[in-house]
Amino acid sequence: MADALHTLSAAELGRRLAAGTLTSRALCEALIARYQAVNDKVGAFTHLDQADVLAQADASDARRQAGQGRGPLEGIPVAIKDNIAVKGQPLTCSSKMLAPLVSPYDSHVAERLRAAGAILYGRLNMDEFAMGSSTENSALRKTFNPWDLARIPGGSSGGSAAALAAGLVPLSLGSDTGGSIRQPASHCGVVGLKPTYGLISRFGLVAFASSLDQIGPMARSIEDCELLLHALASADARDMTCFGPSDRALTAAGDAKKFRIGIPKGFLGKGVAPEVAAAVNAAVEFYRAQGCAISEVELPSADLAVPTYYVVATAEASSNLGRYDGVRYGHRSAAAGTPVEMMTASRSEGFGPEVKRRILLGTFVLSAGYADAYYVRALRARAKIRAEYLAALAGVDVLLTPTVPTPAFKVGEKASDPLQLYLEDIFTIPANLAGLPAISVPCGKSGHLPVGFHLVGAPLSEAKLLAAGRLFEAAHGYAHQQAAL
Amino acid sequence: MSNVPSDWEVVIGLEVHVQLHTRAKVFASSPWGFGKEPNEQVDPVVLGLPGTLPVVNREAVEKSILFGLVVGAEIPERCAWDRKNYFYPDNPKNYQLTQKDFPVVVGGQVEIELPGASRNVMGEHKFIRIHHAHLEEDVGKLSHAGSGSLVDYNRAGVPLLEIVTEPDLRSSAEAEAFLRSLVAMLTQAGVADCDMEKGQLRCDCNVSVRRRGAEKLGTRTETKNLNSISSVRDTVIYETARQIRELEAGRSITQETRGWNAELARGYVLRDKEDAHDYRYFPDPDIPTLKISRETVARLAKQVPENLYDRQRRYVEKLGLPYTAASVLVNDRALAEWFEAAVAAHPTNPSGIANLVANDLLRDLAASAGAAGAFDEAAPAPVSLASCPIKPAQLAGLVKLTDDGVISKQQAKEVFTEMFKTGQDAAAIVDAKGLRQNSDTGELEKIVKEVIADPAVAKSIAEYRAGNEKAINALKGPIMKRTQGKANPVLIDQLLRKFLA
Repeated sequence: MADALHTLSAAELGRRLAAGTLTSRALCEALIARYQAVNDKVGAFTHLDQADVLAQADASDARRQAGQGRGPLEGIPVAIKDNIAVKGQPLTCSSKMLAPLVSPYDSHVAERLRAAGAILYGRLNMDEFAMGSSTENSALRKTFNPWDLARIPGGSSGGSAAALAAGLVPLSLGSDTGGSIRQPASHCGVVGLKPTYGLISRFGLVAFASSLDQIGPMARSIEDCELLLHALASADARDMTCFGPSDRALTAAGDAKKFRIGIPKGFLGKGVAPEVAAAVNAAVEFYRAQGCAISEVELPSADLAVPTYYVVATAEASSNLGRYDGVRYGHRSAAAGTPVEMMTASRSEGFGPEVKRRILLGTFVLSAGYADAYYVRALRARAKIRAEYLAALAGVDVLLTPTVPTPAFKVGEKASDPLQLYLEDIFTIPANLAGLPAISVPCGKSGHLPVGFHLVGAPLSEAKLLAAGRLFEAAHGYAHQQAAL
Repeated sequence: MSNVPSDWEVVIGLEVHVQLHTRAKVFASSPWGFGKEPNEQVDPVVLGLPGTLPVVNREAVEKSILFGLVVGAEIPERCAWDRKNYFYPDNPKNYQLTQKDFPVVVGGQVEIELPGASRNVMGEHKFIRIHHAHLEEDVGKLSHAGSGSLVDYNRAGVPLLEIVTEPDLRSSAEAEAFLRSLVAMLTQAGVADCDMEKGQLRCDCNVSVRRRGAEKLGTRTETKNLNSISSVRDTVIYETARQIRELEAGRSITQETRGWNAELARGYVLRDKEDAHDYRYFPDPDIPTLKISRETVARLAKQVPENLYDRQRRYVEKLGLPYTAASVLVNDRALAEWFEAAVAAHPTNPSGIANLVANDLLRDLAASAGAAGAFDEAAPAPVSLASCPIKPAQLAGLVKLTDDGVISKQQAKEVFTEMFKTGQDAAAIVDAKGLRQNSDTGELEKIVKEVIADPAVAKSIAEYRAGNEKAINALKGPIMKRTQGKANPVLIDQLLRKFLA
């Protein structure tokens, strides 16, 4: 049985742990064996402290033995994207800039996971500072799509998605600024949820674009995704933008068969590959057959989303990443000179090309003489997009599109064309701009490559998104899917 | 005082940075204070560690609002923070959280009092308008040691209220008076301690000059980071003279940022307009717009103390105090309240109480306290009334004994000294020392007659009778001697005049 543990869901593992037929140590040993067998091929993890994992597992088993189990995640490993702080573990953001850094504090979500008895299991690769859609921007290592090792896993939470698809871990945390949870989830055939902005504390999430960033759960099934979401959402006085848990977001949302589903007009024109369109249309037809009302909705400003995003996100990033200067922590240039020269050299050496590109762009759009034309206009466009989405969601329960226009591309294929790469996020970005919850649900394959559909809901409609996803998942074979490695 | 030629007018605006009196830093829970080891008062938020977020300290916002209410400002219903981006090692995030567009305080005015013709004469009063005040975070301190640089972040994140005046000040004396008044208001309301030695108050000084009668303001310069009232005064004097000299020589004034070297007593150019930073301000996405409820404002309004000069006017007009005593008392809220408690215990002679408080009590307290004040070198040391051995009611008791003729004013001084030493009531000291005045007319008449009969004073009596008023004093000494100094001097005087008439 032990050799199959890596294929099981978190919910099933929880049941076995609760029944006493499995220990957290046995589970972690099996996953470490799996890690040793496949992580070099997939490259999902950048760090795994095996001794620490086993110590946590033993502590969990001891709690359970003493009747002090902490709930459904007790003893279950959760792997964490390397931009979320866990005390005593590296916090590199897959950047040379932070490669020497070990976090001296726990993020809010790390505290929540500890309080739930989960095992804080290793660090997951990502695009540097979460900037990218392929994880190719990691300064630490490459990550490959477990379904086709010549292809990218998506990004920036590429490690989080690939680890699930490779059976390296049952649950993972990602972060999503423009699609960084949902796009890799789609490419790797797993479930990824970006919650309503403010549902989960950002305390301890290394900021990329503060007004867009959210931590979210990733899993191989809707049930597991929901399990993890419930553990993460809680009030936190350390994040003024976090409003804490909401019963509305987390509890039953009515009958998914009666949901009204909106299809944005003309989305198929946006460079959607035929196989992707076919899989998504099949999902629409499934919902129609279940009794859901399907209607077309107008989102006239949707085309503004990508340019708006790249102004707002880069502006905030240019400021957020200002603190990495070699003075207090992280990479410090060996080049001597004045403090300001040292800071300049440290930044020039520490950041990769995509991060530099976005800092430059963000600095430009905030500059005197340009801010009104770019940043201020982008804020207006953002408000307009949000208003249109909220208006559309007043008439339907969810909006359905593909998550990504095309399946996972080959490693290196788009590396020289950042603009083409930015279009990967065309369907996912509006949810960030509008602060709305959104989910990617596996819905088929394009050849051997997974495809997902994307649902966006009104603020705090997470339960609805999960219910809609569950309805589809139950009737199809995509839950728990793993690539053969 | 500066000598500004009469056909020139100087226009001054100040930006005063005040560290607020709070327990914690403005966006972090780390405490702050003076005299700690470097980097002892930091936490992940203060250091800007990756993933940390600011949380607005309610106490700092409330102190800011309280300041606004003290100066009669508008408290907007909401305020917000912006990021001011610039790179410097003392700035942990390389941006400073400040309030650019939605400050916590808008408007208001500060009443100032200019020096009078002499210390005993009240000078002119003026009102200086406040443009706004915004709440921001202080930065750390960078120092250079040997071949390297050291940075201390203890000061980083300390709440800093930047108070910006309208260009209403017209002389170095007005700038000085404004700062004195502002410091008094800030400290009396408990908004800030304004301890200059600890760097709790720093000032940027904008100066321009124009021909008297001209409408248009001249080009201004900004001298940054002045850390005492005297350096603000000296900067204004220096900068005024420099600008007038330049303009009279046919040159123009460059809009520039300047520094001040207090040791050399001269200013220098830091950077000109072309080198000005582009701070790339934008709204901080981590701090949502803060709503200021009217309930909060109403609650804080109750904490606003009586205005310095309203109190001064009340002391002079209602209590009949001389200006000199009133002006001393109102500068220290605790002292003024101590004085008022004494007056409440003996309401018929506020001036008598005021004189003892403003002279004797302050002198003895200062002698037992520490050094002089820091930002304002001219100000007396703040005294601690908490450890004052005399309680207000006890001082009132002393004045009442004098007013009732039980002891003389001379004896009162002696009793006061003893009270300050021992904390005993005046009456107990008077009894223990047997100081009670002898006002027994029968007994005193007998002694006066005996002294008059003494041939030793015959000459003085003759002189007095010949019209020399002062000669009568020669007879008082022997009387005092016979009564061990306890004879009521007023009564003795009356008796002598009666018997010698």
